[in-house]
Amino acid sequence: MGTDVLVIGGGNAALCAALMAAEAGASVLLLEAAPREWRGGNSGHTRNLRCMHDAPQDVLVDAYPEEEFWQDLLKVTGGITNEKLARLTIRASSTCRDWMRRHGVHFQPPLSGALHVARTNAFFMGGGKALVNAYYRSAEKLGVQIRYEAPVERLEIENGRFVAAWVGDERITAKSCVLAAGGFESNREWLREAWGQNERGEWPADNFLIRGTRFNQGVLLKHMLAQGADPIGDATQAHMVAIDARAPLYDGGICTRIDCVSLGVVVNTEARRFYDEGEDFWPKRYAIWGRLVAQQPGQTAYSIIDSKAIGRFMPPVFNGVKANTLPELAQKIGLDVDTFMQTLNDYNAACRVGTFDHTTLDDCHTVGVTPAKTHWARTIDTGPFYAYAVRPGVTFTYLGLETDDTAAVRFGGVPSDNLFVAGEMMAGNVLGKGYTAGVGMSIGTAFGRIAGTQAAQAALAGARE
Amino acid sequence: MSTLQQLTQEAKALANGQWAPTEAESEAARQLQICNACRYCEGFCAVFPAMTRRLSFAQADLHFMANLCHNCGACLHACQYAPPHDFGVNIPQAMAKLRVQTYADYAWPAPLGQLYKRNGLTLSLALAAGLALFLWLAQQSIASGPAENFYSIFPHNLLVSLFAPIFLWAVLALAMGVRRFWREITPATSGAAVTAPAAAEAAHDALRLKYLDGGHGEGCNNADDEFTLSRRRAHHLTFYGFMLCFAATSVATLYHYVLNLPAPYDLPSLPKVLGVIGGVSLLVGTAGLFKLNLQRHALQGDAAQKPMDLGFIALLFVISLSGLGLWLARGHSSMPTWLVVHLGAVMALFATLPYNKFAHGIFRTASLIRHAVEKRQPNPIGLGND
Repeated sequence: MGTDVLVIGGGNAALCAALMAAEAGASVLLLEAAPREWRGGNSGHTRNLRCMHDAPQDVLVDAYPEEEFWQDLLKVTGGITNEKLARLTIRASSTCRDWMRRHGVHFQPPLSGALHVARTNAFFMGGGKALVNAYYRSAEKLGVQIRYEAPVERLEIENGRFVAAWVGDERITAKSCVLAAGGFESNREWLREAWGQNERGEWPADNFLIRGTRFNQGVLLKHMLAQGADPIGDATQAHMVAIDARAPLYDGGICTRIDCVSLGVVVNTEARRFYDEGEDFWPKRYAIWGRLVAQQPGQTAYSIIDSKAIGRFMPPVFNGVKANTLPELAQKIGLDVDTFMQTLNDYNAACRVGTFDHTTLDDCHTVGVTPAKTHWARTIDTGPFYAYAVRPGVTFTYLGLETDDTAAVRFGGVPSDNLFVAGEMMAGNVLGKGYTAGVGMSIGTAFGRIAGTQAAQAALAGARE
Repeated sequence: MSTLQQLTQEAKALANGQWAPTEAESEAARQLQICNACRYCEGFCAVFPAMTRRLSFAQADLHFMANLCHNCGACLHACQYAPPHDFGVNIPQAMAKLRVQTYADYAWPAPLGQLYKRNGLTLSLALAAGLALFLWLAQQSIASGPAENFYSIFPHNLLVSLFAPIFLWAVLALAMGVRRFWREITPATSGAAVTAPAAAEAAHDALRLKYLDGGHGEGCNNADDEFTLSRRRAHHLTFYGFMLCFAATSVATLYHYVLNLPAPYDLPSLPKVLGVIGGVSLLVGTAGLFKLNLQRHALQGDAAQKPMDLGFIALLFVISLSGLGLWLARGHSSMPTWLVVHLGAVMALFATLPYNKFAHGIFRTASLIRHAVEKRQPNPIGLGND
């Protein structure tokens, strides 16, 4: 007997879909492209879920009402979002956690160094890999069949209906299907093509690092777009942060981020500053620095701090380049010493230091330097000095498939009866650009669950006919 | 790094009065720097909250944290940087390797720390020696007449003269070792004095094996990423079984000297009740721990320590089995055999007590106390965005 629901992908959204479909009574087969030890896609690197709540809830303090969540999303996306689907995601985030707990996910109070999101984000105990492990265990108990190292190359689609999926030479049929195979961030060629060549003749994407899995090659996404599925989003838009330039090409994850930007200055390879390092709290700004650095020559920049900053930010995974004087530091990181000193001297001279307080938008700012540093501007004058080279780190891409509140894949505006999409493959519906911590998991969980429910309904209704 | 380079560096470091880290220490420090930049595992146990109070990891920090780790495995299965990731983070393994080094480093007298190198062999030889000793003694006495009870084989005073010095030696050696460990880790853990609430919390955490509960109460990992309470339960049966047996012996000593009631005792006398419950508990607990140890995930902990762990568990199993056998075989011709095995095994256990797995309980308790003290001090690291 054939499978009711085929789930393609093995991360959070795919697992949510598989669990919901299995709970609805469907037989489910899940195909994960990665081997077991690398299963879970980017979900293994996540740590929390952005949650709406009107009153304190276990690990979540105070309230984070729908409207505030919506406004946050509106702000970071600059309005490039689908309000209906965004609000659906937001509301779903307020009710999904009991279901998650039932499938073995544990929540914990926010991690040290992350108390700023204690109100908005619920942390998974042990992080995303613990969540992925819990979901796989629960799926196995519910009888979901799981196959690893089973990358799907193409689908058979007839009149907008899913018929079969192909893994190598193997044809796998099912009554309905959920696509949750991730974005295309691991595909270096596609990123290169999407970002193209800049005015300096560089191919910026060649210098990008991928923060997560190497398995999100976008094979199925490309195939679906070629099949005429309605697209959403811009191929250059992604969740991108500035990460340590020494991070591995794939799977550097959380620990490679550099959190001292707002405590010092950031210069490019020409030894010049290029953006207000103290514009807002770092947790609200970390997600724009990937793109900022992508626009700099060589897609590389240097976060420069002095000893006053040590201990005030999450310790980085690699030690910074250390020097007793600023010229020595410039030399060590290979920057033009004169330009570097000019930049630093100009900055130091422009600092109007009031009462430094990293926990508020304080009154330390610059006057008469461009770009300004509007908060936490303290002179960089106390050795030893440290430099961290950073490069853009892509978390996930936003180009995906357009969908609606049933998570259906659409062809020429017509929703498919039995083909659904969830996770990174459709996150671009909600996230046109920008990012706010934990919202990727909110989208993946909300649409994974919807897609699973819909796929089970489609399969079981088809069986009754 | 080549060996020569390493030796040169160590020599230089020593000449400068610096700490030359061992391979186990360097590896633990390397991994902790990665963990400290991630921190996803903070909810599991005490190691990670202790880690977040530090920006770097010196020798004393590492020794303290290695003994704080219970090898529950939760962080291994949850780790995005665990093998096959290039970062190769495996905290339970790194900590286990360092832990056994600390047992050897702090052993007293120091040369006997070498016994940890091949601890399975140490235990086997100790057992063989214990059995040989009592077999020889038994032959001496059985030759002089039939065995009525065990004191007719081994007179009470003979047993006391054998066991008392060994036991006192073990207590002294363990105390000397842990004293040095304590002195080493105290400055690294705030230096503050132990308060009653800290001591109470540490006692609670040690006696309930809090850090085998996974942080969520569902237990630790063993064979795979599933949580289980079986290791915690088996350890409870083992520890409390051992303590009941020890209590039985202590009560019996009081009976003998204070009440002038020499052994053997029968149910429902207190020494017998304690001994039987303790013996059965120890038997079941060690059987469970042995099985769980064999089923443990290959990456969880240090495979090279299996002989030490399994040898110790097996020794306790033999002690409980032979103790119960001794009771059930009373009046039977096999009694002297049970007695020889029992006394030989107990002798082997106590003779190696400061140089076998038993030390883990002492060092871990010391670390738990220091952790309970340290966590009550203000965090020296003030992350700005908190």
